[in-house]
Amino acid sequence: MDLLLFGEYLLKALLMIFGVMSIAGYAVLVERKVAGWIQMRPGPNRTSLPFIKYIPYIGIRLIRLGLFQPLADVGKFVFKEEPMPGHVNKLYYILAPCISFIPAMTTMTVLPIGVFNDRPMVLANLDIGILFILAVSSLGVYGIVLAGWSANSKYPFLGGIRSSAQLISYELAMGLAILPIFMWTGGTLNIFDAVQSQQHLWFGFIPHWGIIWQPLSALIFLVALFAETNRLPFDMPEAETELVAGYNTEYGAFKFGIFFVAEYTHIVIGSAVFTLLFLGGWTLPYIDYPEGYIGAGLSVAVFLAKVFMLVFFFMWIRWTLPRFRYDQVMRLGWRVLLPLAIGNLIFYAIAIAIYEQFN
Amino acid sequence: MAVKVVERKPLTWAERTYLPQVASGLRITFRNMFKPHVTLEYPEERPDIPANYRGIPTLVKDPNGREKCVSCQLCEFVCPPKAIRITPGAIADDSPNAHVEKAPQEFEINMLRCIYCGLCQEVCPEEAIWLQNIYSFSGYTREEMVFKKQKLYEIGGTLPDQHFKWDKKKAAAEHGPTH
Repeated sequence: MDLLLFGEYLLKALLMIFGVMSIAGYAVLVERKVAGWIQMRPGPNRTSLPFIKYIPYIGIRLIRLGLFQPLADVGKFVFKEEPMPGHVNKLYYILAPCISFIPAMTTMTVLPIGVFNDRPMVLANLDIGILFILAVSSLGVYGIVLAGWSANSKYPFLGGIRSSAQLISYELAMGLAILPIFMWTGGTLNIFDAVQSQQHLWFGFIPHWGIIWQPLSALIFLVALFAETNRLPFDMPEAETELVAGYNTEYGAFKFGIFFVAEYTHIVIGSAVFTLLFLGGWTLPYIDYPEGYIGAGLSVAVFLAKVFMLVFFFMWIRWTLPRFRYDQVMRLGWRVLLPLAIGNLIFYAIAIAIYEQFN
Repeated sequence: MAVKVVERKPLTWAERTYLPQVASGLRITFRNMFKPHVTLEYPEERPDIPANYRGIPTLVKDPNGREKCVSCQLCEFVCPPKAIRITPGAIADDSPNAHVEKAPQEFEINMLRCIYCGLCQEVCPEEAIWLQNIYSFSGYTREEMVFKKQKLYEIGGTLPDQHFKWDKKKAAAEHGPTH
């Protein structure tokens, strides 16, 4: 019996890893396609598997969409020669990609992806879910700092320093921005409860999503999320026009690939967290899911659709905005977002207290 | 001259948040996504080559299928990178064109040296060498890139002019000296 339970958990975990990894892999493709479309190019459109082009009608369209490009990318990373510069600190040089990858994958254990008969579909339904995510995901910066330090050359070093400064600056605003959501759910830090609290309607027609009744929190969290995931306009650690390739200048082949996948996994997980906290997770206003497997499937599909839209938004922002200067990043973090987040927290604390007084 | 002072208005509150600007930027990039692509997908789609384009130089034949080159070697002399090498020779006696003009026994253009300047075309008195609109050629060896006479004629084809210089010269030769 215990073995059966273990097997079930293992299966779920593998499914989750497979899902997140393939979404992260295809996020790379989406990035390249969106980059192409925004710049009026077609994007990757040649890669193909054998015989795909003989499928009538859809075959050529699949190729034009570049659906097989991620496979080719992975193949390239795996089979490339792996050079290791002589001047690096070998242990930390090898450790750094792993350290940046593991936190990105660990956070998904507490992410609920749907609802099954009012129970969350999640690997571990922790009561401190969001704390766990914040704590573990910020460990990812150690990978970047270690990469910058162990590479023993100046551009990675600058990238590592920038990354740690940026993470510390935006972590505070990020944490403070999501507190009002959890004040509302009544003291629990469980993500599932936070999502379920967004299900009902205000005055019968306004969906109770975080982004609607806490737009400022959502904005601060979103900006901080961009900074935490090192995405443009906050890609200080990489900053290819200033720092060659930032922290992964000295990396190549599969180690670079791990950094790459870790970045996109961070984006997917970050989008998922934003969806859960501010976009109502798998809930849709005015619609109740049926019981059982159909409802569960629907909830997962809606959740994934929202996550994909947010991932697209990440790409869209990247190809729209130029990079901030380093001092602008710091000023935005400390002198704008942090006071805003504190003010926002105080406002909602008072507002929620008053609301509960009269109900 | 009047000096126009550009007024630098202080940013409004909305502008200082940057959010309207971000939104308008996002609108522009989103619109771009649905515009037609400007990419030319090269090997399948080729650019339109304008007339008088200077591509690779080749030899041409006249409408009767005779080679126009008389191996005067002007192109060989004018060629700045010395890409052309001509071995002159007589036309074989059993040919119907014998005793009319000379012809190159061998005509080589080294496409690795050629700079597509078009001086050979300009200097040719017989309009026998023409620059085509072909601009990309590749090969695996250096020898392959030295184009021989046969290949040059294959690429060059026929020039549809109406001079028929060979016919005139042959008629004149059969007629004999006029004085």
